[in-house]
Amino acid sequence: MATEKKEFEPLIVGITCNWCTYAAADLAGTSRLKYPPNIRLIRVMCSSRINPAFILYALSRGADGVFIGGCHPGECHYIDGNYKALRRIELLRRMLDQFGIEPERLRLEWCSAAEGAKFAQVVTDFTNKLKELGPSPLRSQ
Amino acid sequence: MGEEKGKKKIKLAFYWAATCGGCDVATLDIEEKILDVVSIADIVLWPVAMDFKYKDLEAMAPKSIDVCVWNGACRLSEHEELAKLLREKSKVLIAYGACAAFGGIPGLANVSNKEEIFKIVYQDTATTVNPDFVTPQEELVTDGGDKLTLPEFWNTVKSLDQVVDVDYYVPGCPPQLDTNLAMVGALANFVATGELPPKGAIIGASDKCLCEECPRKREEGKMIERIYRPYELKEVDPEKCLLDQGLLCMGIATRGGCGAKCPSVNMSCRGCYGPSSQVRDHGAAFLSALASILGKKTETEMIGEGTAEEVKELLDQVKDPLGTFYRFSLPISMLKRVQLKEKKG
Amino acid sequence: MDRLKSIFKKKEGPKPPVGETKPPVAEEKKPKEVTIAPKTGTVWTEEKPKAAPAGAQKEIVINPITRLEGHGKISIFLNDKGDVREAYFQVPELRGFERFCIGRPVEEVPRIVPRICGVCPWPHHMAATKAVDAVFKAEPPEAAKKLREMLYCAHYMHSHQLHFYALAAPDFVPGPTAPAAERNVVGLIGKVGVELGLEVIKHRGYAQKIQQMLGGRATHPVGGLPGGWSKALSPEERDQVEEMAKKLLDFSKKTVDIFDSVVLKNKDYVDIILGDTYYHETYYMGCVDKNNKVNFYEGMVKVVAPDGTEYAKFEGKDYLKHIGEHVEPWSYLKFPYLKGVGWKGLVDGKGSGIYRVNTLARLNVANGMATPLAQAAYETMYKTFGKKPVHHTLAYHWARVIENLYAAERCLELIQDPEITSKDIRADVGEPGEGVGYVEACRGSLFHHYWADENGMAKKLNILVATGHNNGAICMSVKKAAQSLIHNWKVDPGILNMVEMAFRAYDPCYACATHTLPGKMPLEVDIFDSKGKIYKRLER
Repeated sequence: MATEKKEFEPLIVGITCNWCTYAAADLAGTSRLKYPPNIRLIRVMCSSRINPAFILYALSRGADGVFIGGCHPGECHYIDGNYKALRRIELLRRMLDQFGIEPERLRLEWCSAAEGAKFAQVVTDFTNKLKELGPSPLRSQ
Repeated sequence: MGEEKGKKKIKLAFYWAATCGGCDVATLDIEEKILDVVSIADIVLWPVAMDFKYKDLEAMAPKSIDVCVWNGACRLSEHEELAKLLREKSKVLIAYGACAAFGGIPGLANVSNKEEIFKIVYQDTATTVNPDFVTPQEELVTDGGDKLTLPEFWNTVKSLDQVVDVDYYVPGCPPQLDTNLAMVGALANFVATGELPPKGAIIGASDKCLCEECPRKREEGKMIERIYRPYELKEVDPEKCLLDQGLLCMGIATRGGCGAKCPSVNMSCRGCYGPSSQVRDHGAAFLSALASILGKKTETEMIGEGTAEEVKELLDQVKDPLGTFYRFSLPISMLKRVQLKEKKG
Repeated sequence: MDRLKSIFKKKEGPKPPVGETKPPVAEEKKPKEVTIAPKTGTVWTEEKPKAAPAGAQKEIVINPITRLEGHGKISIFLNDKGDVREAYFQVPELRGFERFCIGRPVEEVPRIVPRICGVCPWPHHMAATKAVDAVFKAEPPEAAKKLREMLYCAHYMHSHQLHFYALAAPDFVPGPTAPAAERNVVGLIGKVGVELGLEVIKHRGYAQKIQQMLGGRATHPVGGLPGGWSKALSPEERDQVEEMAKKLLDFSKKTVDIFDSVVLKNKDYVDIILGDTYYHETYYMGCVDKNNKVNFYEGMVKVVAPDGTEYAKFEGKDYLKHIGEHVEPWSYLKFPYLKGVGWKGLVDGKGSGIYRVNTLARLNVANGMATPLAQAAYETMYKTFGKKPVHHTLAYHWARVIENLYAAERCLELIQDPEITSKDIRADVGEPGEGVGYVEACRGSLFHHYWADENGMAKKLNILVATGHNNGAICMSVKKAAQSLIHNWKVDPGILNMVEMAFRAYDPCYACATHTLPGKMPLEVDIFDSKGKIYKRLER
């Protein structure tokens, strides 16, 4: 990867729940709040729809970071989906560490539909952190 | 043996790669039925047992072997060479056993690489006396002028289908009796009728998870709050589900077909029959299912456990996610191997 | 049935009844003067040239060798006279258990390491379980130890019987230089009858069932826990095991008789055994109980010198003081040796640190067998050789059938012990630390040494595998056999099999699959001329 001259631009896959975080992203857009374009958003109905295999798939295909967005605990549209999502993501994070993939590459945020600004801010923060971390070790494969 | 059935015998070949030999031994557990196999097949290749030369194999016509049963994972250059050769010479190639099908236990070496393994095996282990750090060489000329070679040791272990095209899979470490009988049955059927199962089929295993077979009784809707390491639970109820009792059991994410032998002696499943067809990544499937049922409260009482810190105590009980969830299937997982830090820079 | 009777009754020199009438060749009594007459029925018919083309050394590569576990390679180099100058036995296999078990919960390691060997998974499971006993400072209750030893004896019977009937026997029936096509179990059954084949299968099946009852499966058992075993034996299971154990004892007695009638009553075979081609004077290592009798499961490690004097006796956990491993660049398998004597290369004698393990070694270091029938067989063997230790490599086969008998007697003894159905089979565990588990695997001494961190996760391992101890001796045996048998450029299929017999006696387990079926080793020998072109190919 000969990108010494250009700054490294991480590729982020974002999987966000329809009711909260995806709506927050919409809100950030309609509010004209800026955030980096590195993230590609995928909408699911609930954060618990996210099979850890999706995250592994994204990483294995070269994503530098994966962003998961769901409803605040207690606010899940389906009552308790986000609790399952939390456990899955946290357990996956520990396993990624064993795989030699920095746990910081997986980010879980609760953003309600009203938190457009928070969404923009956390995505910006995540992008900057990934720039520091550098490309995913799986990129070279 | 030597019985003529009026039908031509098929040509059967067995080969082994990075293996322990258990698959060959397991085949013998079909006991006297081994004689039935010999009556329908001429074994043309079996390094453990029969007159076999690599040159003989090379001289065989393409597709002249009807069925080749391959056990073992691929981790040396020699394995790849033989895999390609046997694929060319065989009509049907079966990945037999967990190692060939998923990478198996040798696949756990994907947590490491050649450099690390050599350093530990040939330098760091407690009994090794090797001050000059001599290591096996792929090519070497001795002081006497003799040229010797060894096959190349790869960094990454592969399943057979990551090296060549595979027709069928027989899972298990080793495949258990019913699975082996199913394979013998498929061979016999092939000899009698010429029919084969659809390509890619898993022979001798169910597409449902092990729980369907396991006689233990499950409690509906139970959450697991405490995970026990096997030595921490002195009294294991022989009737109740092991996962319900807090022993991590991979049966919920693993194919059935083995008869739940390990649970029958109070030991939980570790997944040697591999993932079902419904699952893309064995470890991720188990991780997801386990995380779903891990919790202090029932589903309707979970309010208040919404942060990583709160679930930390729960998750700390899962000691070795990678090594437990991918015990037999690391090479075929999505990530395939551990990313090791570069030594330099 | 007649064939079967002729095997069971002690007739003199049972020649294979059908077809083959050629006797096996009475090979070398002295090295370097052997000529091997071509046998009828062998594949090799071409006339061999007297002189090789002028030029550099000849190289004979045997690849792959077979009828032993795994992938092995023999490279033989001839000098200008056409005699063997050097021979290398290369093991091209490595998987890295000592690395990838790091980071696993240490109590899981007994479920991983049986995959080192699928023919002898129980030794690894037992040694690993004993190692985690020590790691957790958990002493198993007596009943658990008896249970483990009982299951272990059942495993020994499977392994030794499979080796003897499937691998060793075809060298004697039909014979070492019989045509390759017949020198395997199918040929063996053809000679002795299907009934004996079915008996072997049936009895091996009993041994497998016993192992399965408490181990879950015979191959790659589970059930070993720090401080005990996962499941107790119920009274119904006990009765089933006792019945099978009795049948196994009968069959084990028969096996000793078969060895006697097929091998020992045949003068030609006895000559081969007593000859010099398969003879090395080395140290021996084995396990003895407090009465200095052979025990597979627990005891002290004992080493005797080539002259029979006791060299060392130590607890398994002190193995590091005595054993080192040497590395050569032409094999993936290391070479264990006695540190106190030192690594002097691949040579015999009291001055060389090379030692042997496995059946003959165990009998050599002990004073006898702990059970009566095995003891009688033991005495017969040593009386025949006239001295101790016995250095004749082919006697490993004899020692193997004696051990099989001991395993049968010991298994029955244990299953009849009233404590065997006790439910007290689990001890409490302490804080994790370091531990060594030592057992005698079917193929030799086995050490599993684990270090665990404060969370009980394995952080370091050292595993000395049985066949590994014999690596040096096997290299020496193969080289010596090649040097004894190959002269003046003469190489033929009979010779190749005789070279094979040099390592087959050790029942090596580089991949452990040989035990599944008997067979001959297909060998291919390429003779290269000085330009590297194939001058001649010999095949069996």
